[in-house]
Amino acid sequence: MLLSRRNAIKTAVAGAAGLAAMGMMPLASAAAGKKVVIVGGGIGGATAAKYLRIYDKTIEVTLIEPNVDYYTCFMSNEVIVGERKMSSIKFGYAGLKAHGVNVVHDLVTDIDAVGKAVKTKGGQSYAFDRCIVSPGVDFKYDAVPGHSEEAANTTCLHAWKAGPQTEALKKQLEDMSDGGTVVIIAPPDPFRCPPGPYERASLISAYLKKNKPNSKVLMLDPKDKFSKQGLFIDGWTRYYGYGTEGAMLKWIGGDKGGKVTKVDTATKTVTYEGGTITADVLNIIPPQKAGKIAVTAGLVDDKGWCPVNHKTFESTLKAGIHVIGDASVAAPMPKSGYAANSEAKVCAAAVFAALSGRDMAEPSWVNTCYSVIKPGDAISVANVYALKDGKIVSVEGSGGVSGKFDPEMRKREEMYAHSWFNNITSDVFN
Amino acid sequence: MKKTKLNPLHGLLGAVIVSGMLASTAAQAEITQRGAMLANTCVGCHGTNGVSTGPAIPTIAGISKAYFTDNMKSYRDGSRPSTVMGRLAKAYTDQDISDMADYFSAMKYVPQAQAAKADMVAKGQKLHTKYCEKCHSENGSNPADDAGYLKGQWKPYLEYNLYDFTHDVREAPEKMAKKLKELQTAEGADAIANLIEFYASK
Ligand SMILES: Cc1cc2nc3c(=O)[nH]c(=O)nc-3n(C[C@H](O)[C@H](O)[C@H](O)COP(=O)(O)OP(=O)(O)OC[C@H]3O[C@@H](n4cnc5c(N)ncnc54)[C@H](O)[C@@H]3O)c2cc1C
Ligand code: HEC
Ligand code: HEC
Repeated sequence: MLLSRRNAIKTAVAGAAGLAAMGMMPLASAAAGKKVVIVGGGIGGATAAKYLRIYDKTIEVTLIEPNVDYYTCFMSNEVIVGERKMSSIKFGYAGLKAHGVNVVHDLVTDIDAVGKAVKTKGGQSYAFDRCIVSPGVDFKYDAVPGHSEEAANTTCLHAWKAGPQTEALKKQLEDMSDGGTVVIIAPPDPFRCPPGPYERASLISAYLKKNKPNSKVLMLDPKDKFSKQGLFIDGWTRYYGYGTEGAMLKWIGGDKGGKVTKVDTATKTVTYEGGTITADVLNIIPPQKAGKIAVTAGLVDDKGWCPVNHKTFESTLKAGIHVIGDASVAAPMPKSGYAANSEAKVCAAAVFAALSGRDMAEPSWVNTCYSVIKPGDAISVANVYALKDGKIVSVEGSGGVSGKFDPEMRKREEMYAHSWFNNITSDVFN
Repeated sequence: MKKTKLNPLHGLLGAVIVSGMLASTAAQAEITQRGAMLANTCVGCHGTNGVSTGPAIPTIAGISKAYFTDNMKSYRDGSRPSTVMGRLAKAYTDQDISDMADYFSAMKYVPQAQAAKADMVAKGQKLHTKYCEKCHSENGSNPADDAGYLKGQWKPYLEYNLYDFTHDVREAPEKMAKKLKELQTAEGADAIANLIEFYASK
């Protein structure tokens, strides 16, 4: 084939030029022996650890994470309704160790930005040249009047960190008798996984429709609007009678009285601006803030999140410490797993550049969140982000949500959602 | 079609990687380049280095530059249908696309052997030789054909695209469209399913 031969020659020339450029570079890395300590082995932290080692094997990377197993939040809604096994969302750290990451299972109790050391509950101290923090979120339990951490761990679960709570909420749903009411209290912005509560309401409705058809789901929301709202409501109307008299699923927004004023966690009674209801299963997703260690380390602003330089993710409050993932302020990027993975790679490039005295490439980010409205019908939101005047912006004219309902396309999106899950978890942990 | 010459770039890069001293320098050079920065944002969906673990998102590692470039542009202008790529592709300049083409074409394609029915595989292989091999040489695993990967690509992805080609949703090159018509007329309703089984097989 003529055409391909021509291409092959072009490739050869470009390749040779690239090599010449490489050949002029110093062989030993200026970053050799430099230490990076990563706090939190979730999506952001694990990605940063792996990619730093890919960029430069001479950097010593230590990742500190209390848990031996990590359960992904993504696809945990499918676990809650029995569409997927708990074991399929469980991941370990062998893959990172194979990349030469020093994985330590301990809890970080302090980060000293001046002395450049991380301290742990186990009494160890780890010196660093740079520190990357990705602790995820914490909950403001008492922001829901009447709610408490104790109730959140026993009766009125959040299941917003995957693990034992995921299985416990699944059990509550299974134990509920037909005709029961599930109440989900959605959090105010900003929070982890903007479409997540609505996907959960969708999947619980699908489960009930199949197994306990006389039951109801009520969503109470302090917000007037939510992520992918048009597509969710379209799906809810199609599958769960949304908007009709006997609808299985009802959503009450903030401007329609959806704001909760009080909960009685013992009786699962919820008072909201529009009325009072007693639930059989009460899933309270509390308002959120950056993970506790970010507060201890002085990395949060007065709103409870970590402001960062958008190019490097270095904290604007503490030099030498970078914050990524849910805990950071990266809006317009959402607090999602895809975003955490994308931010981690840009941050790792910035840390590598800082330690080796090189320039980093112009950054670029992507976010995608898939949501399942009903098994067999999935939708997505996807965006590309760039740096403009020092701020992350969504690239104009691109991105957005899935198109109008088309059963074939929605089936494909579900298959692609499951592919995304396999690929991102492998990109993070293998 | 004769056995393909090794892609010269693969050869050269290979030599660099073998000389261990340089190995980390090559990786370092990469991330200071825009191609790797951009590619990093794709692999959350397409798999590390563009090798997808499936079940449906296609592997793009080792893709030909020309095919990649054409298809990113047709996603961008909407002429190729998609669930999500159209929305993403609109964000990239020609230079971005060219940088990513350099990156993904230099990665190693990893064919995925999937479960396949032996009798269908055998039929599919014959059909491939007769109708497709001319343009999709080496069973559709030769990037130099600038026609995408078939052998070892994820099965649902092939199904969707062959459905789209035969239902006027994705435009096939004129001569391929002709071959697909011939195939369906002469070989019956299962012809495409047989081909897909063949591409999925080891
Ligand atoms: C129901 C649900 C569905 C979701 N679905 C999607 C989806 O479809 N797509 C998507 O992109 N995102 C989704 N998400 C969001 C996604 O899970 C999070 O955005 C992502 O996990 C954020 O990564 P992170 O690194 O910031 O935090 P995490 O992944 O939570 O990791 C934080 C880690 O830090 C550790 N840690 C905390 N404190 C310390 C300390 N002091 N010392 C050491 N370690 C510490 C924790 O143990 C944890 O392992 C979903 C979330 C939920 C709840
Ligand atoms: C949200 C997941 C997702 C992300 C992110 C993503 N892709 Fe895709 N890609 C897909 C899916 C799904 C398809 C199949 C077409 C469709 O339905 O959109 C695809 C198809 C493709 C194809 C066609 C392959 C072929 O053989 O014809 C190319 C090329 C491609 N993507 C390149 C990229 C590049 C480059 C990026 C990063 C800029 C990227 N993709 C980011 C999901 C994704
Ligand atoms: C005349 C040459 C020709 C013939 C014959 C041909 N193809 Fe193709 N095929 C192409 C080209 C060129 C492309 C790339 C089209 C593009 O860039 O959109 C392609 C693309 C494809 C793709 C999309 C790959 C991807 O990654 O998305 C599939 C699937 C495919 N062909 C299958 C077949 C099958 C099956 C046959 C035999 C029945 C066949 N083709 C016969 C030239 C041909």
